[in-house]
Amino acid sequence: MSAPETHDETLEELPPGKLPLDAWHRDHGARMVPFAGYEMPIQYTGEGGGIVAEHEWTRTSASLFDVSHMGQLSVAGPSEDYAEAAAQGAEALEALLPGLITSLKTGRMRYSMLLDENGGILDDLMVTNAGPRINLVVNGATKWDDIAHLREHLPDEINLHHYDDFALLALQGPKAGEVLEELIPGTGALTFMKADLFEWGTGHVWVSRAGYTGEDGFEIAVHEDAVASLADALVADERVRPAGLGARDSLRLEAGLPLYGHDITTATDPVSADLTFALSKKRREAGGYMGHEPVASVLEKGPEQIRVGLIVEGRMPAREGAEVFAGDTKVGTVTSGGFSPTLGYPIAMAYVDAAHTAEGTSLEIAVRKKRLSATVSPMPFVPHRYYRGS
Amino acid sequence: MPRYFTEEHEWIEVEDDSATVGITDYAQEQLGDIVFVELPVVGTALDKGGDAAVVESVKAASDVYAPITGEVTEGNGMLEDEPALVNTSAEEDGWFFRMSIADKSELEGLMDEAAYKEFVEGL
Repeated sequence: MSAPETHDETLEELPPGKLPLDAWHRDHGARMVPFAGYEMPIQYTGEGGGIVAEHEWTRTSASLFDVSHMGQLSVAGPSEDYAEAAAQGAEALEALLPGLITSLKTGRMRYSMLLDENGGILDDLMVTNAGPRINLVVNGATKWDDIAHLREHLPDEINLHHYDDFALLALQGPKAGEVLEELIPGTGALTFMKADLFEWGTGHVWVSRAGYTGEDGFEIAVHEDAVASLADALVADERVRPAGLGARDSLRLEAGLPLYGHDITTATDPVSADLTFALSKKRREAGGYMGHEPVASVLEKGPEQIRVGLIVEGRMPAREGAEVFAGDTKVGTVTSGGFSPTLGYPIAMAYVDAAHTAEGTSLEIAVRKKRLSATVSPMPFVPHRYYRGS
Repeated sequence: MPRYFTEEHEWIEVEDDSATVGITDYAQEQLGDIVFVELPVVGTALDKGGDAAVVESVKAASDVYAPITGEVTEGNGMLEDEPALVNTSAEEDGWFFRMSIADKSELEGLMDEAAYKEFVEGL
């Protein structure tokens, strides 16, 4: 039997780094793999462990994910007035992002992207107005390139900070809200895409009601010295179990959320990637950001290919790289795919020629020597269950 | 009935001129939740060390190799509806296929259970 492939996102020859929770993961039975330059838990072993069990636990209770490989950055201007410093940071960022950042109120978050001059996606990220500064959470595998890109293109007086002494935990699932409210009172009042500072232990944590599983949940930025005690406190609650990268990947696929480096890359633009919602309306015409012209041109002419969801007939998964056909004509390529534990059948994301992207279109996917029937399906495959207030 | 093992974590059990092939418990543990098994059709000629089947876990697809040369005589139809049998019973009910044995001497290069156990402990 061949060894299962693991997707190592790094091209570096350096040995993988260790995250602050490394020992914690190993103590909890994690199977560690190199990912984005770090050794990370792909799944846990023992009772409740395994990708499918962790996936199902996230959909029914709450799971703790360590996403400390991601880059936690902040941008602020030179003003001594806090609000003014954040406003200067927001304005500077708008030269590099297609979203409206200057109108983002304190404690509000927005999904956005860094674009290159061709409109290609350098990274996707979360932007938060954190009061005195604008916070960014970027992908782990791209964070060093992002920092270089931001430093190169932001004006010199704009301060860019990398919180490399902070860990990031994601608590995700329908019971995440009640669990975190008991542990950190006040967090339950946050609604989806809102964030605030809370007291925890002898310090503070920055809590965002967001995530990448399609479930309600939080991302918690915590100092590396306090992260093990916070992780302990979370899994001490019987509603919470640790979950690894494997479940995170199958959950985000079901949620229709693109994975950087696979579903979105510098070869794709926000329109083709079906992320047009992240192009703030005011800025589509006004522009003023890197990559605006090519993106506006795709918006006007329509994309050649579009990222769509595919439901695959049978049980055989179609994975990244599989070619998509309409009859004998190749019309696209799968960018991520796998078996959906929630639905019980395989699903995929693919870039498909625009003429074949209408909902319900029948296509075929070539997997090894077989042709699998597939149908263009709206995403998310599994409905999002974000908390928008009671 | 003698049972042999490969370094690629297949097991093969010999009964007269026929053999049953599967993957080991160690292999299923490494793969995690198995969601699909693609078996060779009856009559397929297999070469020792060549591709024989594909096992798909949630995470990835892995090739299963033929431990010896021969022809496929039967596939385990149970795996079609219940691929998770490979997780729960890798070395019994979760067998993959049966095959003829072209050359019994090919079995001599394979490990017995004790040798395989030692091999896995060294990984």
